[in-house]
Amino acid sequence: MSKSKPATQLKAETKTNTHKIIAKQDLASNIKQIQVLAPEIAQKAKAGQFVILRVHEDSERIPLTLVTWDNDGTITLIFQEVGYSTIELGKLTVGDEILNIAGPLGKPSEIKNYGKVAVVCGGVGTAAAYPIAKALKEAGSTVISIIGARNQQLLLLEEEMAKVSDEFFISTDDGSKGHKGFVSDVLKTLIDKNYGFATVYAIGPPIMMKVASDVTRPYKIKTIVSLNPIMVDGMGMCGACRVAVANQTKFACVDGPEFDAHQVDFKELMQRLKGYVPEEKSIIQHLNPLGGKCTCHQH
Amino acid sequence: MPPALMQQQQLQNRWQAIPMSSQKPAERINNFSEVAKGYTEEQALAEASRCLTCPNPQCVQGCPVNVDIPAFIKLITEHKYADAIRKVKEKNSLPAICGRVCPQEEQCQKYCVLGKKGDAVSIGRLERFVADLELTKPLTIPKPQTLNGKKVAVLGAGPAGLTVAADLAKRGYKVVVYEALHVAGGVLVYGIPEFRLPKKIVQAEVDYIKALGVELRTDSLIGRLFTIDELLEEGFDAVFIGTGAGLPKFLGVPGENLNGIYSANEFLIRVNLMKSYKFPQFKTPIRVGKKVAVIGGGNVALDSARSALRLGAESVCLVYRRSRGEMPARLEEILHAEEEGITCKFLASPTRFLGDEQGRVTGMEYIAMKLGEPDESGRRHPVPIKGSEVVMDVDTVIVAIGRTPNPIIQSTTQGLNTTKNGIIVVDTDTGQSSLDAVYAGGDVATGEATVISAMGSGKKAAHSIHNSLTR
Repeated sequence: MSKSKPATQLKAETKTNTHKIIAKQDLASNIKQIQVLAPEIAQKAKAGQFVILRVHEDSERIPLTLVTWDNDGTITLIFQEVGYSTIELGKLTVGDEILNIAGPLGKPSEIKNYGKVAVVCGGVGTAAAYPIAKALKEAGSTVISIIGARNQQLLLLEEEMAKVSDEFFISTDDGSKGHKGFVSDVLKTLIDKNYGFATVYAIGPPIMMKVASDVTRPYKIKTIVSLNPIMVDGMGMCGACRVAVANQTKFACVDGPEFDAHQVDFKELMQRLKGYVPEEKSIIQHLNPLGGKCTCHQH
Repeated sequence: MPPALMQQQQLQNRWQAIPMSSQKPAERINNFSEVAKGYTEEQALAEASRCLTCPNPQCVQGCPVNVDIPAFIKLITEHKYADAIRKVKEKNSLPAICGRVCPQEEQCQKYCVLGKKGDAVSIGRLERFVADLELTKPLTIPKPQTLNGKKVAVLGAGPAGLTVAADLAKRGYKVVVYEALHVAGGVLVYGIPEFRLPKKIVQAEVDYIKALGVELRTDSLIGRLFTIDELLEEGFDAVFIGTGAGLPKFLGVPGENLNGIYSANEFLIRVNLMKSYKFPQFKTPIRVGKKVAVIGGGNVALDSARSALRLGAESVCLVYRRSRGEMPARLEEILHAEEEGITCKFLASPTRFLGDEQGRVTGMEYIAMKLGEPDESGRRHPVPIKGSEVVMDVDTVIVAIGRTPNPIIQSTTQGLNTTKNGIIVVDTDTGQSSLDAVYAGGDVATGEATVISAMGSGKKAAHSIHNSLTR
């Protein structure tokens, strides 16, 4: 008779891992970086992919781009506190756990030796652009980076980007560092100086990506953008993230997040991103995530 | 039995089913609590006593998972409720769910001999009664299995996957279920609303399956986290794909990406999975305006319409391109929706959406249809009537015109044959795909169907996986 092995007893749902925060850093006001345990995701992640996470049982699912992933089983995420859920995430500290992280999601970037590539990024988009610039460099491309922000304090990953770039430019809206103006101005100047870009990656706020793609269009330079529309599941189920690309409806979560910039309907993308602004405002009023009382009924 | 009920039963015509009480329409449109309340013990006994316990029962052939229906009903008449549920669970691991959402009128009850002259026995309500009764007691952990040393990976914790997992675990397999979302249940948790299927019922049935020794891994999207090849290399002896039909279809008409236009999937995921009907306690928002149009005529369309009503819409209109007789939804659900005040516009199909400067939908133009020749579904095909376009005011639209399989696994698995719609091609007898040791069942292999048919195909696949691994 074979010895009978008892079946596993009833136990809590086995999560892929417990996602403990092992480091946290403020990069700028409202912009935070966290390093989180997620060994399976760390092993599988590729440049251009993202995760969906949920902080607590009653939280939203929010998409965040994977910035780095390491052999030590951790991933790094960078986020700007813009709404309730990102503020809630920002309140977690080292040792806290994130309830759910699913990933890697989305199609990886097409990484190869393109020859000369411009990586143009603005704001928190720099966090998403960094792993792509790094991978392009490792694949043999000549990487020319242009990073921008409203001002010097909001510039992200300067050193890291410089390290993976053959040439590196900075642009700030107020001129506090580098070129005064927009990253798209710098891009235009370089194109006119005959840099001969084979491909341009533009990642940042939608308006920045639109302007950058308007710059490259007359030169017919292949331009890729990474879109970050509203998502719920992030796995191809809800269609909240649908974008019009060449007049076809695509889902950013499974068909993207990267698309041919010259085919994207940016106006629609920007309108769809504003779909829940009133609800975002109301929840912050009702449940002040930073503490304090609800102020909305004080008439 | 109390005298009043005994009298009722004597007076009762054997041809008449005992009705099940439900929340009144005026009350239930203000809450997400379950509409149908289930039988009391007395009602269940009275209904069970109507069963003729036919020696050659016809009902069983209508059940995709072959529950021994007369046997469990007989046990109810003998007050042996624990034995009755055990009898059901021999074949069906999700009875509290099936008792609620199976289209019994199309299945077991359709074959009931009593149905020839009167009402069929309410098999579904009786199944729900014994299942619910069991859930009020502490979970009885089934006898531990002797593990047979074989491992099976199940992709997707919906009705098909959970059935495969349960059946194989009962046979001694080590089963790991990979679920992409943060919670198990598939369409049972993201799709079917609380008022038709309370989520605590789903959780209880999932707990039972875990008690059978099944390991459940959430947040694991196969195709991205691991490929099927990697799972097989890692030591799984077989893989079952039960990833459902999760990719929403859109109409493909101008203006469909305006704000305020949802896929039914998005609308229901927000409401059910993310519980936005409890916003702001739950943080995922949903916006429902005053005038809602729901496009489609199936159960998903009705679930969306009834949810929109409960979220405060002033009017909800179902817009369907065929007529009432062709609606694929269950009759019971259509009646529930009509009682709640949902209106229907038949023989109409949207042609474009109109919006304001902020990109929010304000109107829907639709064209009148007439029914032409029957198409491949056997239903008469709707044909547009030229020049009949009309605009109706709407501020919210929910598109519920069907779903196709999610493409991620299909696009990351070499050699897995699919149809052009992404449906995995399987041997209908065994559930085996074009790849050795890879099986598929449920909506991903059949196209959109019912919970119970997904369970039926899961059962078949579990059986052939077992046969192939013990050969």
